[in-house]
Amino acid sequence: MNEMELLNWVRGPGLNIAVAVFLLGTIWRLFEIYSLGRKQDLSAPRNAAGASGWHTVVRRSMPPPGMLKRSPVSYIGGYAFHIGLAIVVFLFAPHIVLIENLIGLSWPALPSQVVDLAAVVTMAAMVLVLVDRINKPVKRFLSTFEDYFTWAVTFLPVLTGYLAVQHLLLPYTTMLALHILSVEILLVVLPFTKLFHVFTLFASRWYNGNANAHKGVPV
Amino acid sequence: MSASLEKGVAVLKEMIDAPIASYFNSCVHCGLCAEACLFYTETGDPKYTPIHKLEPLRRIYEQEYTLLGKLAKMVGLSKPVTDNELEEWKELVYNSCTLCARCSLVCPVGNDIVYMVRKFREGMAVSGHAPEGLIGATTRAIEIGSPMGVKLPAVQAQMKHVHKDVGIEIPMDQEGAEYMVLLSSMEIMNFPEYLGAIAKIMKQAGKTWTLCSTAFEATNSGIQIGSSDLAKVIVNRIVEGAERLKVKTVISPECGHAYTALRWDGANLVGRPFSFKVLHILEVLDEFRAQGLLKTEGFEMDRMTFHDPCQLVRRGGVVQQPRNLMNMVAKDFVEMEDAGKYNWCCGGGGGVSANEDAEELRLQVFKIKKGQLEKTGAKTMVTACANCRIILEEGLEHYQMDIPVVGLTEMIAEHLAESKS
Repeated sequence: MNEMELLNWVRGPGLNIAVAVFLLGTIWRLFEIYSLGRKQDLSAPRNAAGASGWHTVVRRSMPPPGMLKRSPVSYIGGYAFHIGLAIVVFLFAPHIVLIENLIGLSWPALPSQVVDLAAVVTMAAMVLVLVDRINKPVKRFLSTFEDYFTWAVTFLPVLTGYLAVQHLLLPYTTMLALHILSVEILLVVLPFTKLFHVFTLFASRWYNGNANAHKGVPV
Repeated sequence: MSASLEKGVAVLKEMIDAPIASYFNSCVHCGLCAEACLFYTETGDPKYTPIHKLEPLRRIYEQEYTLLGKLAKMVGLSKPVTDNELEEWKELVYNSCTLCARCSLVCPVGNDIVYMVRKFREGMAVSGHAPEGLIGATTRAIEIGSPMGVKLPAVQAQMKHVHKDVGIEIPMDQEGAEYMVLLSSMEIMNFPEYLGAIAKIMKQAGKTWTLCSTAFEATNSGIQIGSSDLAKVIVNRIVEGAERLKVKTVISPECGHAYTALRWDGANLVGRPFSFKVLHILEVLDEFRAQGLLKTEGFEMDRMTFHDPCQLVRRGGVVQQPRNLMNMVAKDFVEMEDAGKYNWCCGGGGGVSANEDAEELRLQVFKIKKGQLEKTGAKTMVTACANCRIILEEGLEHYQMDIPVVGLTEMIAEHLAESKS
């Protein structure tokens, strides 16, 4: 298979397979998790201002008092790479064109220099959180193969995308094919690893906020 | 697999619900929960990371409720949970978790970690991996009626004693009283001032109240050990007592877990909403204050601070009331850092104080409270949980700090305006 054939495969059958696994996997996983249900709380509720599941969904994006100081890399690195990823994925012109072709929706893009910068910041932040994971006793202790694997699976699309745009290392066609392939691997892996938190975290925050709101505690 | 392990795993399977599944799927191993846990911050040992305390439960979730986990289990790729493993986890689940729930407030993906620890304890208890101290306390609560082995005659003796001391007769089994007052063993045994304080406060407010001969004990070690069956038996006594006496409100004493057990877990344990209200004594006092029924005179002049009992504040929502009451009687009331819902635990909640094996660790992690207290320069520590109070006293003694610990209700009672009844 030469690079043109590879590119054609990842743009055609590869993409279809990846998207199908991603969509079906996500639906299945969401069903598997949320169909477990939960018991109704029979205790008399207490109401308090600012306490609800929805409040927590939003509020938990901010570090609680004292936490930024205790783990600055987690927060700063975490913000940088999540926001960076969102910019790179959703505000890069070619990505918007792709999405428009797939589902018909489109929105304005950021200038490519800005996206380039976001990609560099994202990669730097990801390296930083990886180093932190290896260095910090708690993170190292908690980490399993999955943590490193999902890191790599997330990092590669950004790296290959950046290299492709910059025409570095490999011919553009090859790098572009590798970029699309790495995204497809990410899509396939996402529903079945901790990367699935992109969906579940909203429900988790809501459950937590809802349970505590029942007691009148905004969390 | 032993029979008890099999039962334990079955219970855990039953415990796993959508929130738990959502939480396990959301965890990204960021380790921030460790930074919120005094057992980690004061020891630096990563094994005390809250989410790690749930590892066996997570594996059971994965093996029983996820397609990939089931496949992995079938082909022998995932490690089954064993008795040895659960025994190893006993220290993590019981000795180094006070169910304080600080972790649940900081997890960035929103995991309610303490909710899971509480559920995990159900399986630990059934599979025979609960600590001796807690088993003893719970057995006594079921068989004798209180975790410290206090029987009705001890309460009656105290009633007489209080009658003599403050000149007010303590009502027992008075049908139709507005309030039914519960005590904790700790108060019956170690802090008899509480009952006298209630008598004086109720008299001043002109409210009818009663103790109940079949339900005087409020504490519930069933919820600490993680046994819903036992917790239900204990809660049921109170429900039956309150319904028999037709009281409007049951007052939970200065005890954190008693409040959680009755106010939040109670209705769920007995399987129906209560026909009466449950209030913590501080909620009642603050209501009296707002209605002008609680009149105090004079002030404590020493600098004082208030230790938030986790179950009352972070887990209970009684946050502002103690502040209002402190300000009624303390001239120099200062807050500790992280006061209110982000408070740090005394280290003895969640049954840890009933657990001798945990004592050394408990005193070690008390350093956080010590540091907080020192920063305020307070001369007296006030709290509203008899268990916190004992733990604080022990911790302060261990670190040779000469700071008295006082119950808030009792302090209010000492300042009651001496006038009309």
